[in-house]
Amino acid sequence: MAPLRREDVAKVAKLARLKLSEAELDQFTEQLGQVLEHANDIAALNLEGVVATAHPFGLINVVREDELRPSLSRDAVLAMAPDAEDGRFGVPRIMGEAP
Amino acid sequence: MQIASDVRSGATTAEAEMASSLEAIRARNDELNVFLFVDEGGAINAARRVDERVARGENAGQLAGVPIALKDNLCQVGVPTTAGSRILEGWLPPYNATVIERVLAAGAVPMGKVNMDEFAMGSSTESSAYGPTRNPLDPSRVPGGSSGGSASAVAADMTPMSLGSDTGGSIRQPAAFCGLVGVKPTYGLVSRYGLIAFASSLDQIGPFAKNATDAALLLEVIAGHDPMDSTSLPEPAPSLVSHVNDGVAGQRIGVVRELYEGADDEVVAEVERAAAALRDAGATIVEISVPEFRLGLSAYYLIAPAEASSNLARYDGVRYGLRVDAEDVAAMNEATRTAGFGAEVKRRIMLGTYALSAGYYDAYYGQALKVRTQMIDAFRRAYQEADLLLGATAPSVAFTLGAKSSDPLAMYLSDVFTIPTNLAGDAALSVPFGTGDTGLPVGVQLVGPGRSEAQLFAAARVLELADGRS
Repeated sequence: MAPLRREDVAKVAKLARLKLSEAELDQFTEQLGQVLEHANDIAALNLEGVVATAHPFGLINVVREDELRPSLSRDAVLAMAPDAEDGRFGVPRIMGEAP
Repeated sequence: MQIASDVRSGATTAEAEMASSLEAIRARNDELNVFLFVDEGGAINAARRVDERVARGENAGQLAGVPIALKDNLCQVGVPTTAGSRILEGWLPPYNATVIERVLAAGAVPMGKVNMDEFAMGSSTESSAYGPTRNPLDPSRVPGGSSGGSASAVAADMTPMSLGSDTGGSIRQPAAFCGLVGVKPTYGLVSRYGLIAFASSLDQIGPFAKNATDAALLLEVIAGHDPMDSTSLPEPAPSLVSHVNDGVAGQRIGVVRELYEGADDEVVAEVERAAAALRDAGATIVEISVPEFRLGLSAYYLIAPAEASSNLARYDGVRYGLRVDAEDVAAMNEATRTAGFGAEVKRRIMLGTYALSAGYYDAYYGQALKVRTQMIDAFRRAYQEADLLLGATAPSVAFTLGAKSSDPLAMYLSDVFTIPTNLAGDAALSVPFGTGDTGLPVGVQLVGPGRSEAQLFAAARVLELADGRS
């Protein structure tokens, strides 16, 4: 794979909602580049026909009866929110002023 | 467990055991930075409840009055739980992890929450936002990680046992560095409900103790199906303590080249001595090579960060934890995450986001998942030649603080022998065996197929006896 570039790191940081300083961008580009270089040993393998494993024992479709069970109370959950009112989480505005 | 039987018989009380644990914590916590929160009030209440059960003539449980330390990624109601991160500073979980419910039901006395690498991402406990933990055996060295606090608590005799979590070696490597038995159970044997997620397809909770018998006891208490975790194996807890003295006669034990090559000489020497001790106890030793294990590190450092980048998306300043205010939601998310996460967590989130991003998914994450399949097949072939596998737990003994903290790849390489088991979902443990050139403990690793915990404890016990441990 092509070596990791500074602009790749900047783009990934934006996707991950992280703000990096110029110095951090330099440092992370170098450090992540080293890890990806190490990972090139598997990027280069021919694994055509090998099935991917996402879970060690392949448990699928664990279901239960559709019946009420106790769950956390809304108040207990909202008590730990940075901002809450009227039984809801509070967030800053999402949209700008109406034109 | 001597303390539990003494509490049950009335020879001592849970409250007295709790008080001596508290004293041991106070004596060295400033120096070692093991406990992030000492739950004195909760411990007193839990101890008194145990003593009341004893007074009423009830069975006070398998762990009656045994003080226990809990890794700070295990949710406990009303007890500050940070996962070693600023982003969860001050958060009080509204529910208990299943493992905490189970140790409480068994009569254990939780003493508080112990330090860890931030979100369990690290191999030295130096990435904790609350400062590094020091190794009680040599405070200039790290205790290993990420469960460094759990290992240090037991090694410093603050508590006789503790719980940690192991995603790529985070129980076994600190157990090795601190001279303890540490177990990574079969994936699904222990419920992950209430464990703050790092990489969900790899994470497992497991025990630390001074010997195989105590570790087996604690694992027996926490294991078994839990409907709250859909990845929990649908079967009851296995019987483990009753098998600890089964020995290894007739077992085939494979010494795996890829699980010790490249390790320091002082470590390799103990692996060879352990193989000889197992042979003396009646096992057949076979030498095995599993070349696929060499690919484990690369696969792990794509899969684990990919899962982490998704799991840690929940820290957005909305539902719990830190919020740094900004003009709109997106800016608030970014400001919160930038202030709340440390450098190692940011590195892994970015690595995972990159490995999952369009154009790189197939080459990195997709390939890693296929390597995972190859790893599972390679283990299956190895288990045709041997019942259990033997190797080193870590390439070295405990290293000094700061030795690897500026070089992430060097730090990642300290997990090279432990990672294959997590990828396969199999069981493994580290047991102390001998000491290296500087007198620090060496851990050897025993690895087995899923559900082989009973045989692993029996082999560990053989090594303890051969090493002159009681």
